[in-house]
Amino acid sequence: MTADPKKLARMFIEAIPHARALSMSITQIEDGIAEITMPYDARLVGDPNTGVIAGGAVSALMDTCGGAAVMCHPSGPHGTATLDLRIDYMRSATPGQAIRARAECYHVTRSVAFVRATAFDDGDTPVASATGAFTVELGEA
Amino acid sequence: MKKPEPVQVVKQRRDALLAALVNGIPYLQFLGITFDRRGDELTGLLAYDDKLIGNPMLPALHGGVTAAFLEATAVVSLSWASFWADLEAGVIETDDPEHIALPRLPKTIDMTVDYLRSGLPRDAYARARITRSGRRYASVQVEGWQDNRDRPFAQATCHFVMPRKEPTENG
Repeated sequence: MTADPKKLARMFIEAIPHARALSMSITQIEDGIAEITMPYDARLVGDPNTGVIAGGAVSALMDTCGGAAVMCHPSGPHGTATLDLRIDYMRSATPGQAIRARAECYHVTRSVAFVRATAFDDGDTPVASATGAFTVELGEA
Repeated sequence: MKKPEPVQVVKQRRDALLAALVNGIPYLQFLGITFDRRGDELTGLLAYDDKLIGNPMLPALHGGVTAAFLEATAVVSLSWASFWADLEAGVIETDDPEHIALPRLPKTIDMTVDYLRSGLPRDAYARARITRSGRRYASVQVEGWQDNRDRPFAQATCHFVMPRKEPTENG
């Protein structure tokens, strides 16, 4: 019996303590595409003069979303970890607005998954974008 | 000849500015990041907490936490280095540690993180090297390790836009 990849991916993400600490919630997870939202939180501010969320919190969101995209890829990986992640911070996220990341796992080999991701607030242009390589654990169990 | 300043005065001034910089960033408190200072050299400390876990099965630190820790170490180290000359010249006032007017922080343009091994569920350390700090841009390399300094668990390269210096009175 094979587990439903979508269900497995959701369980995998929801069991992550750090994703919970940042109150992340999955809004879409299907066929190698994941979308996760993170609400604005004053504890995550990186520059006290502006109230803008720290780049690191956006990285955590993009990394989680990238991992989720890998986990829900139709090839059905049983686990993943980030190998490398490149993040471009295009503009400051608007204080008070939630950040929504959308990641696509666009190619998977036996050992590596390739991912790109974009993060938005309520504005029209992206806040940040990322590309990454993730490990692929194809569980034989 | 001018007598050298007493060591406590020097330490107090430097520690006051570092505390103002670090305590002013809420996200550092959220993650549990502090800095250890030896002269002008800073080491970032990430105190382990269960909420930093990204893979509960292994368990391992969240990749985003690792990225955030390295970026925070880069930002604080770069700011610190850029404040240093003004601090020592007395341009930055630290007489009232509760009300230090901090210069603005550099803005991260981009960062690339290499995950070399999984982050263990214990404290982590990081040190940044400013490879280039110009008037407008800076490039910083950061390395993070845990039990063994020679076995880094992650490294990153970050680019920053430097804050514009306040114009001086005579333009």
